[in-house]
Amino acid sequence: MTVADGRAIITVLGQDRVGILAGITAVLAVANVNILDISQTILQEFFTMIMIVDLKGSNLDFFDLQKQLKTRGEELGVQVTMQQAEVFKFMHRI
Amino acid sequence: MPTLFSFTPEEILETIRMVQVENLDIRTITLGISLRDCTTGSLKETCRRVYDKITRRAEKLVAVGEEVATAYGIPIVNKRIAVTPIAQVGEPSGESDLTPLARTLDLAAEAVGVNFIGGFSALVHKGFTKGDRAIFKSLPEALATTERVCASINVATTRAGMNMDAIAELGQLIKETAQLTADRGGIGCAKLVTFCNAPEDNPFMAGAFHGPGEPECVLNVGISGPGVVLAAVRQHPEADLGKLATIIKNTAFKVTRMGELVGREVSARLGVPFGIVDLSLAPTNALGDSVAEILEAIGLERCGAHGTTAALALLNDAVKKGGAMASSYVGGLSGAFIPVSEDNGMIRAVESGALSLEKLEAMTAVCSVGLDMFAIPGDTPADVIAAIIADEAAIGMINNKTTAVRVIPVPGKKPGDMVEFGGLLGRAPVMDVNNFSPAVMIRRGGRIPAPLQALGN
Repeated sequence: MTVADGRAIITVLGQDRVGILAGITAVLAVANVNILDISQTILQEFFTMIMIVDLKGSNLDFFDLQKQLKTRGEELGVQVTMQQAEVFKFMHRI
Repeated sequence: MPTLFSFTPEEILETIRMVQVENLDIRTITLGISLRDCTTGSLKETCRRVYDKITRRAEKLVAVGEEVATAYGIPIVNKRIAVTPIAQVGEPSGESDLTPLARTLDLAAEAVGVNFIGGFSALVHKGFTKGDRAIFKSLPEALATTERVCASINVATTRAGMNMDAIAELGQLIKETAQLTADRGGIGCAKLVTFCNAPEDNPFMAGAFHGPGEPECVLNVGISGPGVVLAAVRQHPEADLGKLATIIKNTAFKVTRMGELVGREVSARLGVPFGIVDLSLAPTNALGDSVAEILEAIGLERCGAHGTTAALALLNDAVKKGGAMASSYVGGLSGAFIPVSEDNGMIRAVESGALSLEKLEAMTAVCSVGLDMFAIPGDTPADVIAAIIADEAAIGMINNKTTAVRVIPVPGKKPGDMVEFGGLLGRAPVMDVNNFSPAVMIRRGGRIPAPLQALGN
């Protein structure tokens, strides 16, 4: 099944270190996924990076991309989550 | 910090924390399937049609559930099936033993990969048909020889009153079922619910069945979220009770929205109508996923202390108010669950002597669903079990609400012993029962007439 359309939110949580942004965006570049917005900060003592991406041009389906991001996250020692953006809209907006 | 499109990073992290730290999940997606077109004059042929229909309609349920859970990053813990009460499905066969249909349901559930299937049921609040009789006759054997089949019996309604003959018989059947599954702590009884005012669209086991007013096929969702509510309550130790109610409402809204989203998406992908979201706080034995601990966080030393019923009333009402706004269709049981064996805070409350069966009964007057998953000594007389059911049904009948009893008289166990059911069913400390005899009343039988509340027309 392909759900690689529309927007997804990628969240990266963990200890700050060199190369996190480069490592994650490299996966997205190879998959031809466009980054629409990005925010990086320390929240609740965690390094936090949140990206909004557009999956329209992606050459991977949602689950394969999710798997690759997870694997890259493990290499970098951070936790990576990718969810369809609808989740946040549904929870936080009426 | 800038907002990312319309979301703030705090909002995004709140959602992630709810799932990863506070056990937010969708407790169940339950596919209701009508079996009314499977009835035939031959039980064998009926079984064949039932198996074919369930395996055909539910073929993709588990796979679609997993897809949606992954896409949204919200776990869907259980995928289940509810069917037309089997009393109605088996009746035209004329057979007095419907155990083969229970085995068929078990096999169909196994084939499609669901852990429970509900609907080995009969609605007998006013009396028995032949099919209802057959369900009663088959119950102990059906529950003992199947793994996934859940049974429920509706013995009372506000409109019809209470069928005390059925209640008396259930006292016996529950004991028989416990005996037949004595080697596993009487676990057969954990799959049998006795209802007053049973809802027709309840997605939660063991009481789910596909009611007579339901469509051909429908998807119902049961949400969860005690851990999320507990975290929210703990964050506000100074809030007065009015403010606390608002905080719980806000949290329940968010939790329910996830149920609404998942329900809509799963039903769209399965091509079946979306039924309802059941706004229930359903605890598990996971750390912090406890309704009792929410009551304690509100300010009780232990669940069961005086004040527990009031705290539970506040919690239950706030969950409904928040949830009602979040979902287009609300149904099922919709209230906080207080099963003893499936909630670590409830277990602790019983073990420490803070929570008695009588207080548990009082709590059920202000929440769903009833006396749930509690263990009593195996030598408790059948008429005492019947009387426990009657008391609980009376609370439901008079208060126009659903109540239920899921009691396990554990063979060979005494008050204070512990029984392990394993998995989702948890473990239960055996509770003390008032053993002064209700035998004469139970033996009278008959029906308790519908109360004045029934005369609403």
